[in-house]
Amino acid sequence: MPSHRLRGALFLAPLVLYIAVFFGYPLATNVGMSFREYTAASFYTGEAPFTGLDNYARLLGDPLFAKTLGNTVLFTVGSLAFQFGIGLALAVFFQRRFPLNGVLRSLLLVPWLLPLVVSGTVWRWIYDQEYGVLNQALLGLSGAVERLTGWAPLGGEGIAWLSSTDMALTSVVIANVWVGIPFNMVILYGGLQNIPRHLYEAAELDGAGPWQRFRHITWPLLRPVTAVVLMLGLVYTLKVFDVIMVLTNGGPANASHTLTTWSYQISFTELDFGTGAAAGNVLILIALVFALVYLRSGRTADEGGAR
Amino acid sequence: MRTASSKRFDSLEVPVPRPVTPRTARPAACALLCAGLLATACSPSSDEGDASVLTSLDYNISEPQNAATAQMLEACAEQAGVTVEREELPREQLMPRLLQGASQQELPDLMLIDNPDLPQVAATGALLPLEEAGVSTDGFYPSVLEAGTHDGTLYGIATGVNGLALFYDTAKLEDAGVEPPETWDDLRSAAEELTSGDTNGLAFSAIGHEEGTWTFEPFFWSNGAELTQVDSPEAVEALELWADLVEEGHVSQSAVNWTQADVKDQFVGGRAAMMVNGSWQLPVLAEEDVDYGVVPLPVPEAGTEPAPPMGGEVWAVARNGEEREAKAVEVLQCLLTDENMTEWAELNAYVPGKEELAQALAEEDPGMAPFVESVPSARSRTAELGEDYPEVSSALADAIQSVLAGDAEPDEALSQAQESVPAS
Repeated sequence: MPSHRLRGALFLAPLVLYIAVFFGYPLATNVGMSFREYTAASFYTGEAPFTGLDNYARLLGDPLFAKTLGNTVLFTVGSLAFQFGIGLALAVFFQRRFPLNGVLRSLLLVPWLLPLVVSGTVWRWIYDQEYGVLNQALLGLSGAVERLTGWAPLGGEGIAWLSSTDMALTSVVIANVWVGIPFNMVILYGGLQNIPRHLYEAAELDGAGPWQRFRHITWPLLRPVTAVVLMLGLVYTLKVFDVIMVLTNGGPANASHTLTTWSYQISFTELDFGTGAAAGNVLILIALVFALVYLRSGRTADEGGAR
Repeated sequence: MRTASSKRFDSLEVPVPRPVTPRTARPAACALLCAGLLATACSPSSDEGDASVLTSLDYNISEPQNAATAQMLEACAEQAGVTVEREELPREQLMPRLLQGASQQELPDLMLIDNPDLPQVAATGALLPLEEAGVSTDGFYPSVLEAGTHDGTLYGIATGVNGLALFYDTAKLEDAGVEPPETWDDLRSAAEELTSGDTNGLAFSAIGHEEGTWTFEPFFWSNGAELTQVDSPEAVEALELWADLVEEGHVSQSAVNWTQADVKDQFVGGRAAMMVNGSWQLPVLAEEDVDYGVVPLPVPEAGTEPAPPMGGEVWAVARNGEEREAKAVEVLQCLLTDENMTEWAELNAYVPGKEELAQALAEEDPGMAPFVESVPSARSRTAELGEDYPEVSSALADAIQSVLAGDAEPDEALSQAQESVPAS
């Protein structure tokens, strides 16, 4: 081996070793586990009979699989769409100069700074069916509407945010959107700062309105940042665990389980580690697909740029 | 089962590293890790020979249990001529930690395990059969021993047990002119009469895991249902009782998100006139400004035997070599002496595992009497299902939740839950 290649390999070695130990090994073990009947006893005895695809068959055959997969999609798409939309709107808004801009912008970071457990617990209080501030406010509004029109939108009863199977997932998404807005806003704001001012001035001279300036300057030039934000957001959202566990524990009646919380439940509540590992692998597979899409889109963009 | 601390907070510490180190893969892991990163962690365990330092693991992280456990272990260790290194974890982390330990063949010498989890650990073969090791079971309630038994062998023994009963707000019942209910019919009408304005008649935990199942089990069992047949007419009837109470508004629908600690908060805050809760709430309630009484849980009809589940933790000893086992058993026997058992029970509002001591405690403390009364008929949750209990418990909790949320009828929900019961 030529010496410069050897040197290269040596420089690479720590990284390769790190990845092998802390990513490769757990991942490979998890995949191996998903092909075995791995129970609590297996940990001690080391006996985990190889069962092939049984765990995957059981997982896919479980009526909960389709439901949690659907929940995962709704949770991810819902969270991403609103986090990104609201984050972008705020980022554009804060580009203007006005008093207290900096103060407000840093205040908006608070949800991001709070530990998720704290945010989750506070949201749990906000959502409380009988005494939560959200229902109190809505009921007050509903009462006001009733006095004016004689029609009460809520019929005098609070919304069962967390205790109804229809609402639980939505409630969890709302809380997660709130948590995720600052992240989107900060990165997008940074991206906006990098767009040269003179483009806007030139566009304005040419008579472009605010929407046209956004559509033809901001949006296309923000695209690389957008791709990164969405990709990171996707990965973060797929693995959201704390918010759901604090708010609903995946319930009621599994209504707000995503693949993440469900695989935790299979492994650590039902102690069926094989099937739990299989559920985890499905999740990894989904994340991987999107990572590949992202890498591909990055490559075509680079090639496009080079041409 | 006990949730003195806020269970929700505990469950948040959840992201435990997944124990992914099966024994067979250990040499490979070691080869990699020993490459310089964690060499010490991988060196062959050297403490196997040293029997003067024992390890212990429990989840008594909230006071007063935390200090009491530490102090009692220390005193007993001294008596046995050893030191005990105690580790305490949130409840949710205990099983993952034990499994992790089991995969390294390094279980703590003494461990305090919630009794429904015992079969999981015992099934690994890592626990010492206690009777063979010379632990005396004289004077214990047979039902207490049953809760520590797996496949006919005693692996765990309880210093104290707990159970469920009906707590009521004395003032609210007096105002409404309601007597503490004894039967299901009484319970329905009492709950109805006590519901007014901001106050619900009754509160219980119907959360989607073991805590909810365990609260439901006394209703389920006292009506004659069995965990091997969770869709029997008796089971459906029991779930209908809960469903009616929620549907008629006498129990808040939020019960599906309440832990037992939340239920206690509702009761203390005056939002519930009665609650189903455990004896460990007695010391907590004593500090609050609320006048309450405790009665056994209502039964389907007058004269029916109550059948509460047996709650509480059991001590187990790991097979860590003869010398260490002998010392651990010595410490355990010290924990089980009459004085220590009574002290532990009084401090934590548990029922002592020995009948004589329990009776004495009941006379001394009337608040404990309903709990003591229920111990002889209390049932082990894992007696019928053993290692399969967690899965069935989880399915049952799902069924309860979907019914209370108004998604399914009791019979359909339970017949779906029955699918998770292994065919015997």
